[in-house]
Amino acid sequence: MHRYTFTIRTAEGISFAQRLAGPVTRLLALSVDLAAIGVISQLLGQFVMITSIISPDAALAVRTVSYFVVSIGYSIFLEWTWRGQTLGKRVLKIRVIDAEGYRLRPAQIVIRNLLRIVDALPLLYAVGGVCCFVSKKYQRIGDFAANTIVVYVAAESIPNLELLFRGTYNSLRSHAHLAAQLRKMITPQQASLALEAITRRDELQPNSRLELYRQLAEHLRSIVRFPDESLEGLTDEQYVRNIVDLIYRPSA
Amino acid sequence: MIVDLKQFIEGERAIWEELDKTLSKIENDPLFRLTLENAERLHYLYERTGAGLIKISTFAAEPNLVHSLEALLARAYAELREGRSRKEKLSVRAWLSQTFPQTFRRHFHFFLTSVALTIVGALFGGAAVGFDPDAKAAIAPFPRLLQDPAARVKEEESKVNPVLAHSRGQFSAALMTNNIRVSILALALGATWGIGTVILLLYNGIILGAIICDYVRAGQSVFLMGWLLPHGVIEIPAILIAGQAGLLLGQALIGWNSSEDVSQRLRSIAGSLVTLITGTAILLVWAGLVEAFFSQYHEPILPYSFKIAFGLAEFVVLVIYLAAAGSRSSASDD
Repeated sequence: MHRYTFTIRTAEGISFAQRLAGPVTRLLALSVDLAAIGVISQLLGQFVMITSIISPDAALAVRTVSYFVVSIGYSIFLEWTWRGQTLGKRVLKIRVIDAEGYRLRPAQIVIRNLLRIVDALPLLYAVGGVCCFVSKKYQRIGDFAANTIVVYVAAESIPNLELLFRGTYNSLRSHAHLAAQLRKMITPQQASLALEAITRRDELQPNSRLELYRQLAEHLRSIVRFPDESLEGLTDEQYVRNIVDLIYRPSA
Repeated sequence: MIVDLKQFIEGERAIWEELDKTLSKIENDPLFRLTLENAERLHYLYERTGAGLIKISTFAAEPNLVHSLEALLARAYAELREGRSRKEKLSVRAWLSQTFPQTFRRHFHFFLTSVALTIVGALFGGAAVGFDPDAKAAIAPFPRLLQDPAARVKEEESKVNPVLAHSRGQFSAALMTNNIRVSILALALGATWGIGTVILLLYNGIILGAIICDYVRAGQSVFLMGWLLPHGVIEIPAILIAGQAGLLLGQALIGWNSSEDVSQRLRSIAGSLVTLITGTAILLVWAGLVEAFFSQYHEPILPYSFKIAFGLAEFVVLVIYLAAAGSRSSASDD
């Protein structure tokens, strides 16, 4: 049974979770990295071969060593310099961290990457893939030996409600007693859902968005009923937006 | 009950930003050291952010904010809980003169095991070829080794230039990369509780034993020593050190005579594994150069006595280095 999240409970009673990256996401990140390794090797190879005019033997020797160094060193170098991320991991928004929350050490990065040679056996990362599926923390052999896990990188930005609601008139704000009643009756989950629907507006398809706001508005109207004159001309989306404004910015 | 999110964020934003800034400074500069005052401030910021997370998780349930704070706290926790000191700037000289040989000696019993396994394999390989010369075809990894030793010696000694005279650089690079890859495999197979490393060492021993037996039986011992010793005295110990690392990893996974849990055991050997495999790679670079630029020259170009003496000298230097380098200084933490 997978846990899906990696939770740390501190001595101070704080508990925080990070979502574990599953095998499919990691495979996609690996594909991006393999493509990047291919491109870097090709470019490097062509650059090195320019020097073959001087010495063909030396150029071929440098090319052989370069391919090897790039294939082994790519992930080690990037995870070291980008704090647990490679190009593929950046694209997929995942990161390598210590399995117990410690600082990620260079030795761990080297070990997890050198052990890819076993994870890749017998072909196409079969051993690593199977280990990842059966492991509770989605660890391949390299992760297990290095004590590392791969987690999703959380959205780092702190939501800016001022920007979200700036310049909009809220017709419901004049009913202070109803707004107070709404804040008292709505659950954090309902409020959170409404806020997410507003902050992630642009991620939704137009038809899905209309339907979502319709259902949300209907549900929110059932919690507290505002007078009809203050709802006049309000679309479902505007209504949900005004409700979120009342909940999260009572002092605006 | 919903927290006034706007007021809450406005009140706490400065704390979170300060924590993020402090952590970025620590993370981006490996040599950055916190003063007592800085550490106390970092701890305060961590606790305050933690308290904020509890409040926001309980009352407001705003997922983006919760995730942001969790990510920030995870970073702070990693720095605060980390008991190991940050590394001083890496000194190549100190690493070569102390860290590598000291690490090698600290885990010497695994090196001896590695040697013993190779000798067992060599005895088996030697016996197999000794009793049944046709077994060479099944054991030898390269077609060139299937050649009759006397015929090969005659062929090599009749050349003015070695076969790869015009592609020595490429040959050398191929030898280095291939041997380093095999060494990494010897280390990585330690993840199979050491079983894979044991098999690899035995197999290497079998090949070595078969070749030695074949040449000795054909009366070509001097050629064999002149050919193998210059690079073999470095290459073979290097592979044995990689095997030592693989066995160390295997032991950490099995945990014989250890009260620590597996993650603690693996954590405690991580530095040693990297040191041993890095040392192996350096030795193999040297061995690759010697094999391509020196070992392939035979009599009459280079006298065998000179090649054998060169190989023995290398071996003595290697033994002295691994046995004595850094023995006067205290064991370094790798």
